Amino acid sequence: MTPASQLSAVMKTLADPTRRAVFERIAGEREIAATALVKGSKVSQPAVSQHLRALRDAGLVVERREGRHIYYRPAPMGLAPLNDWLSHYEAFWRERLDNLEKLLEEGGDE
Amino acid sequence: MSETHAITVEKVLPYPPERIWRTLTRSDLLAKWLMPNDFEPVVGYRFTFQTKPMGDWDGIVHCEVLQCDPPRLLRYSWKGGADTNPDYGSRLNSEVTWTLTPVEGGTSVRMVHDGFVFPGNRFAYDAMSPGWGKILDAIARVTAESEVSPSKGMPAA
Repeated sequence: MTPASQLSAVMKTLADPTRRAVFERIAGEREIAATALVKGSKVSQPAVSQHLRALRDAGLVVERREGRHIYYRPAPMGLAPLNDWLSHYEAFWRERLDNLEKLLEEGGDE
Repeated sequence: MSETHAITVEKVLPYPPERIWRTLTRSDLLAKWLMPNDFEPVVGYRFTFQTKPMGDWDGIVHCEVLQCDPPRLLRYSWKGGADTNPDYGSRLNSEVTWTLTPVEGGTSVRMVHDGFVFPGNRFAYDAMSPGWGKILDAIARVTAESEVSPSKGMPAA
């Protein structure tokens, strides 16, 4: 995926409140079984499975199969696209403020 | 539900507020350090910044002066970008606030760019990325203490 589609995929995936709740649950654990997620959720098992697939496809969670069980853990770089978005702007403003300082130093504002 | 994040950049410059104010509000000076523009320091005035086009974005930032209180406070809206772009060119409906405060030896220049809308609340992000708190800096820390429910938690600039 390109960085653009990664950012919008993360945004779109987390825009759904139920899916976000599932994600937040996983994010708070090192690893959690799919069955435990279903138990702690108000929605049906197929719905939870669907949300888990979407989270996995967006790179937000990592899936591990062991026998008949499936486990999920948060993907370490899953939220990196959101971080990148902010850090790009932060770098932009720092750079521009440095420009401003230089302009004043050189008296270019007269 | 979503939450708005802000970027804050602050610097003390060894010049009086009036002189810095001029660089923030005179179109030709603004062009020298920020971007080409047709800015005028008048509340309600609509103007644009022009930068390099990127993907589906024409590179134009659409702005409107929201607050102008010389030589202390300047606030304008900042809209631009496209959904299909990453990072810097991504769609943004935001606000930029400049605050000048006289301090010993010069002026503290504070820029807050607010309106980076993220889905959901900050808790999940905190759990996921260690670098997160660093970016949100002091603002996040202040709200974390007072934030009982995961509602819109960021303070205005």
